[in-house]
Amino acid sequence: MTDPVISATSAVLAHVPGLARHGSKPGRELPRDPELEQRFLGALRTFEQAVAYPPHQAYLGVTHPRELPERPWVSAAGDGAERFAGAGELMPEEEFLGLMAAVDEFDLIALDAAHAEAAGVALARHPLAERFDLERLAEAGVDAEEAAAESGALPLYLGADRLVGAMRGAHEADEALAARVLLENLATKASAALALGRLLEDHQIDPQSIDYVLGAGEEAIGDRYQRGGGNLAKAVAAVAGLTEASGADVKNFCAAPIPALVMAGSLVASGVFERVAVVAGGSVPKLGMKFEGHLKNDLPVLEDVLGGAAMLVEAAGDGRSPRIRLDSVARHRVAAGSSNQRIIEALVVEPLERLGVGMLGVDDYATELHNPEITEPQGSGDVPKRNYKTIAALAVRNGEIAREDIDEFVRRRGMPGFAPTQGHIASALCYLPHAHARLTSGEARRVQLIAKGSLFLGRMSELSDGMSVLLEQSD
Amino acid sequence: MFEGKQVVALGERDGIAGPAIVKCIESAGGDVVFSSTECFV
Repeated sequence: MTDPVISATSAVLAHVPGLARHGSKPGRELPRDPELEQRFLGALRTFEQAVAYPPHQAYLGVTHPRELPERPWVSAAGDGAERFAGAGELMPEEEFLGLMAAVDEFDLIALDAAHAEAAGVALARHPLAERFDLERLAEAGVDAEEAAAESGALPLYLGADRLVGAMRGAHEADEALAARVLLENLATKASAALALGRLLEDHQIDPQSIDYVLGAGEEAIGDRYQRGGGNLAKAVAAVAGLTEASGADVKNFCAAPIPALVMAGSLVASGVFERVAVVAGGSVPKLGMKFEGHLKNDLPVLEDVLGGAAMLVEAAGDGRSPRIRLDSVARHRVAAGSSNQRIIEALVVEPLERLGVGMLGVDDYATELHNPEITEPQGSGDVPKRNYKTIAALAVRNGEIAREDIDEFVRRRGMPGFAPTQGHIASALCYLPHAHARLTSGEARRVQLIAKGSLFLGRMSELSDGMSVLLEQSD
Repeated sequence: MFEGKQVVALGERDGIAGPAIVKCIESAGGDVVFSSTECFV
């Protein structure tokens, strides 16, 4: 069996304050309360504020989460923070709407002529300009008000109040092809394509060398006859020029990226494929999800970015890329129970005992890394801290650390949450650039990725799910 | 301490799950009329 490694990673954000009103929560609450809508629109961040926000720089891989400054992060000056940084970039909304048009093969997005031209000019200067079909942008020019007034269309704004176009539905009788759904799907496609483009560009990877792409984003594309039919992965492969690749989507709520990584490693290890990419785009429904708590606490609307990520899995050979320890994979069995302790026992403790590694043998535990500055104002607490306390408590129970060492264990092997609340992005995937850097440089020997997904949200089971895997420094 | 009381138990995936709350409430004499485990992220 071939040893699989992660040879490259990328991480991108798209700052989309204008799209935030189309998040699931704002989309329901704002239309019935004009005063609330005005407060929401008045609390949107500028692009400069989004770039300066320290958790965003951590997400891009510039700052390790353990080196983030003391909170509040929202007022950080962001000295030296840049758009192009670390393992990717933070793209402004003007360009992202243009990118959505450039990857739109069905005239779903209509942008006004002035915006299409401005976005085209900006994207032509982008390092990935040659990888996207910018001619589609030139064809996108319409009258924004007319487009927004079309039956079933969803208006698109740049920031708070500049109407720049509309998203169209694709079938008047098919809810799976309504404008709102297609907006979600196209934004996921564009952000995943941006992440994959950066992966190829920054690591000089030949697009034709990739055999297969696994999609791990949250949206399930399809039509009324097959709502979750898929396959966004292949759509993303196509726009990124992966002419020899096929692909498939992996669905498992927020946990999907880690099972996708394990599947990618397994496909390489078994010799089925030589190079497999895992990609994930961002989630429009989760924009502004906790905005009410932010407004109550005089904070800006902090869920105004879409996350994207990509990684390449291939056979070991360069002597430095971190290994995917397939023998460490742990799954949350049906019979394991649903308490957080049971889940952590199954995903964290069991595989480490099985391998004889021990809980102190892991340098970094990457679990649900939601940014607490986003979750606490809405009453959801500090999710990563709760998970790290549980992991540390189990280390005490196992006799690996003393009770008084819990805080030190959490500080040293855990980290503050830094990911936007785009579920799958926060569920360990956000740590990949850091894990790759630290395992490649030798700063860390082992990183455990731990992902959880809330299956019960789909109302077909009361279960949740999860998977973990160890990444290890190359021999 | 919950005798004669009806309880709605809302658990959380990353905290205390609904079934665990139900066990506690029932052992304290309460009547759980609804329980659920939700995800708040």
